[in-house]
Amino acid sequence: MANVRNSARPLSPHLSIWKWGPSMAVSITHRATGSGMATVGTILFVWWLSALASGPAAYAAFVDLFTLSSGKLNIVGYVFGIGLTLSFFQHMASGVRHLFLDAGANFELKANKRTALATYFVAVILTAGFWAFLLEKSNG
Amino acid sequence: MGNGTSIGRVRGLGSAHEGSHGWWHHKISAGSNLILVLWFLISLALLPAYDSATLAAWIAQPLVAVPLILLVVSVFYHFHHGLTVVIEDYQHDHTRFVLLLLLKYFTIATATLAIFSILKVAFTAGAAL
Repeated sequence: MANVRNSARPLSPHLSIWKWGPSMAVSITHRATGSGMATVGTILFVWWLSALASGPAAYAAFVDLFTLSSGKLNIVGYVFGIGLTLSFFQHMASGVRHLFLDAGANFELKANKRTALATYFVAVILTAGFWAFLLEKSNG
Repeated sequence: MGNGTSIGRVRGLGSAHEGSHGWWHHKISAGSNLILVLWFLISLALLPAYDSATLAAWIAQPLVAVPLILLVVSVFYHFHHGLTVVIEDYQHDHTRFVLLLLLKYFTIATATLAIFSILKVAFTAGAAL
């Protein structure tokens, strides 16, 4: 195979040697959130759909893993629910930022740094808004 | 990709030719993901309840079942490409080949299960299960 690496030859230094900045953090966060949703999110999404397709008993067993007997979310439900929605909004915000970068815009240092930081604010605000709406609905 | 010189193999893979194909498809699916996943999250948030009968009746509507299937196609296509790039960046020997193969099986198996489940719920909602 042409791409087999000769282990006697050194690799170029990676994450550890650079001074961290917002754009670098957003880049690796984009990969982490994308990879997380693609694995954990996919498995939960397909599990949810196939439980629904298997009938009310199978669906109740699925829901039981993430809820208390009162029907409200348990700690597992909150960890996956908030984790996946925060991952999605973060990936969405940095993805939209990436569409501008792909078009050749937003490479000025200050503006680039500002939009990198903005993706984190947008993600946190949208996630908080989404969950505030859900909790308000279930309580009211 | 020919078997000629190094430059001969590189030619045609630059931005003007086949090399941009994967990048462009990633952008197309990013655009449809943006619309479809936002639709999915907002629709879920607006549902009156989350029991199986409510969800099945929701999915049984054509304008829910079809966007949901489109979401599976778009999102799974997008994550297949995304994870392919991640594997290509960090795996350099035979583990690359194995992981890329497993990723293809994983994507096709989960997508098929998701679409089959959506169709089954859509076609049997309301009927005794």
